[in-house]
Amino acid sequence: MHAESEIREPLILGDKTYRQITDDIIAPIEGKASRGWYILTTISGLTFLWLIGCLSYTIGVGIGAWGSNNGADWAWDITNFVWWIGIGHAGTLISAVLLLFRQKWRMGINRSAEAMTIFAVICAAIFVMLHTGRPWLDYMLFPLPNQFGSLWPNFNSPLLWDVFAVSTYFTVSLVFWYLGLIPDFAMVRDRVVKPLQKKIYGLLSFGWGGSARHWSRFEEVSLVLAGLSTPLVFSVHSIVSMDFATSIVPGWHTTIFPPYFVSGAVFSGFAMVLSLMLVVRKIYKLEAYLTVKHIEYMNIVIIVTGSIVGVAYLTELFMAWYSGVEWEQYAFLNRATGPLAWSYWAMMTCNVVSPQLFWFKKIRTSILATFLLSIVVNIGMWFERFVIIVPTLLRTYLPSTWNTYTPSFIDIGIFIGTIGMFGFFFLLFSRYFPVIAQAELKTILKISGESQKKANADKHQKHVGAH
Amino acid sequence: MATTKQIIHGVFGDEVPMMEACKKLRSAGIRVKEVYTPFPVHGLDSLIGVPRTRLAICAFIYGLTGLCLATLMMWYMMVSDWPNDIGGKPNWAYYFAVPAFIPISFESTVFCAAHGMALTYLLRCWLIPGTKAKNPDSRTTDDKFLIYLELNDEQSKKADAILKDNKAEEVNYKGTIHIEAKY
Repeated sequence: MHAESEIREPLILGDKTYRQITDDIIAPIEGKASRGWYILTTISGLTFLWLIGCLSYTIGVGIGAWGSNNGADWAWDITNFVWWIGIGHAGTLISAVLLLFRQKWRMGINRSAEAMTIFAVICAAIFVMLHTGRPWLDYMLFPLPNQFGSLWPNFNSPLLWDVFAVSTYFTVSLVFWYLGLIPDFAMVRDRVVKPLQKKIYGLLSFGWGGSARHWSRFEEVSLVLAGLSTPLVFSVHSIVSMDFATSIVPGWHTTIFPPYFVSGAVFSGFAMVLSLMLVVRKIYKLEAYLTVKHIEYMNIVIIVTGSIVGVAYLTELFMAWYSGVEWEQYAFLNRATGPLAWSYWAMMTCNVVSPQLFWFKKIRTSILATFLLSIVVNIGMWFERFVIIVPTLLRTYLPSTWNTYTPSFIDIGIFIGTIGMFGFFFLLFSRYFPVIAQAELKTILKISGESQKKANADKHQKHVGAH
Repeated sequence: MATTKQIIHGVFGDEVPMMEACKKLRSAGIRVKEVYTPFPVHGLDSLIGVPRTRLAICAFIYGLTGLCLATLMMWYMMVSDWPNDIGGKPNWAYYFAVPAFIPISFESTVFCAAHGMALTYLLRCWLIPGTKAKNPDSRTTDDKFLIYLELNDEQSKKADAILKDNKAEEVNYKGTIHIEAKY
């Protein structure tokens, strides 16, 4: 068996056995939900209802119900779309990229991060489907044979690439997540005693048995899907950025967008995973599996991606000046000093300054500080998309088209509502699904478990002493 | 002539003695029919003679199929059926606008490779909603490791000794099966 250096901190704390891992992961499913869970579920459920109300109103009267106008024809809708889809990226990054790099710390968090991806992409999809104005005609986005004189969608347009990228991303993430869930559902099926629960988890587990042949295929599938998802996740946000970058709007027409958007996506996604993880570990008492070391690793990813985002902001400013293009220069001057300058500076503070605090070990290992900063980062990343979209569109080439923007009640309702829906789905998931990939976690128990590491170290000491 | 075989479950509480037992059984010339474990145990496949899966090759073929389908679709729609000239960028031939076709070609490759592979995996393992659990002992998804053997009487005795010598927690006899000779 492969051993690990004693200096590396354990990823599973306490004196755990395989049985205890099973017990700890199944506890939220078998046990009664706490009062906190009911309160949070009620709040998010009501917010979800608010979303349904606002969506119905929008579909009923049209997108005139939104604050979008002739200048800002993209506003909160696309801001929220990009924000949600960016958040989704962390799940795939954790489960796919970290799997390829053989990072063991991904195992505590990958399941809930992937769930988060799926719910975030659903939220994002709501905005793209609605922003077309007539969502019942959204099938026209797909290249279907039609009655319009065989007029096909434009394959030269990044907006169409986005349709393909987001739908591929959603379905592949869903499959990746579910294939990993099958062995864990089988564990739940074999443990629960209530007949209805047994039946449901039996159906969900697809008859999994865990034979050596199945595991060998399982590992191959996980590896290949990780290999496919890695370029996929980068392509999705690159394509989202090309929705902007291939236009001729000053402030959007920049080649830096794809890497800048991808790192921004990872940045906000990790922040969201942290916010959720810190709540989950508290409610379900999973502190032994989601350790401070996990939090620290994730905060390090936040420093790296946050710094890339910061460099990208400065590069944009420099290039606007250096290009000598006055339209471009004005776009950035307007962002920083125009009527919506407060949003620009909110973005700069939240995204560039706040993650730098994680250079201090005290801050990046503090749970409270991490939780607060993770929310700050998400607010900042929302403002980033807002700054890119709204102030830019309000000041394009023709001054007679310049405009102002205020979101409507419905805009705010849909946005808050998607957060409610996201929370509602996530709370249901954390109650009824195995929140940690327990089968995978068991593979690292002997290598990264605290007591097992100690035992290995003692053995090693004795061995050295004998010489 | 029909043969009668014993079904034996060797249950272990840890993967290390279980692997050791597999090794011993194989060197005694006993076929380890299957091993059920709560998590993937590395090195077990080669120990009990499970051939390497060819799912990755399938994924490659599905991916190529996806690439071809996307190319064919975009060529037909943008070039052959209704050639468009959008923003002074004509589509009179496929190679004119090939950079614009790369993203969708890539997405389609990934889409077909991933879903084709996942479906093949589910069918190959016969993981279908509603099928019965395939593990013979429900503790194998929790913390037990089970060696599943189908042996004749003489081999059963040998296997029993090997399993017990290697710290098997239980050796369960689960009845017999009759195998009819094919000819």
